[in-house]
Amino acid sequence: MLDDFFTRALIAGVGLALTTGPLGCFIVWRRMAYFGDTMAHSALLGVALAFFFEINAMIGVFAVAVLISGLLLLLQRRDSLSTDSLLGILSHSTLALGLVMVAFMTWIRVDLLAFLFGDILAVSKADIAFIYGGGFAVLLVMFWLWRPLLAATVNEDVAKAEGLRPDLSRIVFMLLMAMVIAIAMKIVGILLITALLIIPAATARRLSSTPEQMAVFASLLGAIAVVTGLFGSLRFDTPSGPSIVVAALGVFILSLLPLHIFLPSTARGR
Amino acid sequence: MPTGQTASPPLIDIRNAGVFRDGKWLVRDIDLELKRGEIVTLIGPNGSGKSTTAKLAIKVLKPDEGQVIHAPDLRIGYVPQKLAIDWTLPLSVERLITLTSPQKKRDIEQALEAVGIPHLAKAELRFLSGGEFQRALLARAMVRKPDILVLDEPVQGVDFVGEAALYELIEKLRDTSHCGVLLISHDLHLVMAATDRVICLNGHICCSGTPKDVAASPEYAKLFGPRARGSLAVYEHHHDHTHLPDGRVRHADGSVTDHCHEHDGHHHGHDHTQTVKAKGESTDAR
Repeated sequence: MLDDFFTRALIAGVGLALTTGPLGCFIVWRRMAYFGDTMAHSALLGVALAFFFEINAMIGVFAVAVLISGLLLLLQRRDSLSTDSLLGILSHSTLALGLVMVAFMTWIRVDLLAFLFGDILAVSKADIAFIYGGGFAVLLVMFWLWRPLLAATVNEDVAKAEGLRPDLSRIVFMLLMAMVIAIAMKIVGILLITALLIIPAATARRLSSTPEQMAVFASLLGAIAVVTGLFGSLRFDTPSGPSIVVAALGVFILSLLPLHIFLPSTARGR
Repeated sequence: MPTGQTASPPLIDIRNAGVFRDGKWLVRDIDLELKRGEIVTLIGPNGSGKSTTAKLAIKVLKPDEGQVIHAPDLRIGYVPQKLAIDWTLPLSVERLITLTSPQKKRDIEQALEAVGIPHLAKAELRFLSGGEFQRALLARAMVRKPDILVLDEPVQGVDFVGEAALYELIEKLRDTSHCGVLLISHDLHLVMAATDRVICLNGHICCSGTPKDVAASPEYAKLFGPRARGSLAVYEHHHDHTHLPDGRVRHADGSVTDHCHEHDGHHHGHDHTQTVKAKGESTDAR
């Protein structure tokens, strides 16, 4: 079954969507969309370095993403530029650096578009193993640290005063994000990873009345977007990443329509 | 050691602590002991370091000098001054209450009953009014059965009747669970009624003691202006200053100032170390 490239892509994509759902919710709640974008853009530098040192691309991406988030934390401490500007600098300079490095390495043939926008043809069995292994680890850690993560999102002072470790939560959150970016790269591509994190979560918001519900709905909506997008990608011969994001956007727009009037009034909250 | 007057060690012991940020001391020379069953109220103008001191007490902020010592396994219930929740986070009152620790359904109901919003258990936070939100926060802090409740302006946005009721509730909570309470307030009248000790802050401890002592202290009058002193006196049924016919004010200690609120609000531009040293001297130079 896994010999079919499309089945591989479907399995990988759904596994990815299940992971990005809960994490995407935290990105939305914490207003860290641009931060996620910066980490994702730095992935290309990770890819270039991975080629240079001849290691697995996912490991390179993970390492660089962690490095970039650490660098950001460090730069934020010395109040020089606003976080906004710092993110802008890091985001685009790492992307540009990656592109330049790849161009210098003339001895390897790189399909840049596949990295930037995802490529369903490129999903190997090893990738599936990485996605499910990594995704399972991410979900397990989130399940385990759900309360401290959520408490730190609501108010770090309260979390700290009442014995949860918000500083630790923040570090764990960054590591999880780096991991998801590393495993998402092949499917949605570097430039569009944030979309897969944010759009399903934003869509889920209108359907949920608890944070936990929102996380589950985000996963399911993400999976729907991945499946629809991949079929569209196959049918119209479009790159997989943009197709998935367009599908996610479609679901989001659907959720904006006043469909809730068909629901019983109790589902609408107060 | 001056401690050891009481059998039980304090829940929180702040010793000569200070917090240094961005090139200046937010608070300095803070000495504060909080014992079980005690209500301590922090007062002071804006920017005087009330919230900083509270955060220092619960170890949210690390002291840059001095130290903060907690009793072992101290359980804290904290109501922060501000709690901005992004509307994208769907959080009901019930879910807020279990934010940092799981709670029994019955305990949640009781806590909401106690703060007067049992009907809002399932309501989403973003639909609550300011007063309702404060009550929910208080319920959240008290449901944990804390050893110490730290409340940063817990009645902001609560109407006058509700305010009195909430202060009564805090007092009752202290009496039944025998917890310590550290309260930050601008409101002198109502807080004063229940509090055991008042600490008047202005970057350092200006004066402290029973509400009566503080109300009578010249440092307090200097910080808040003689009018605050007058209004406190109403509560204590004792007037300690007189309005003279020419608009000036004569104080209990015989000094005369131009008008009541000359020193209202900020007390800026002072070298704090000097102010500390000046403590105890006559403050009626003006």
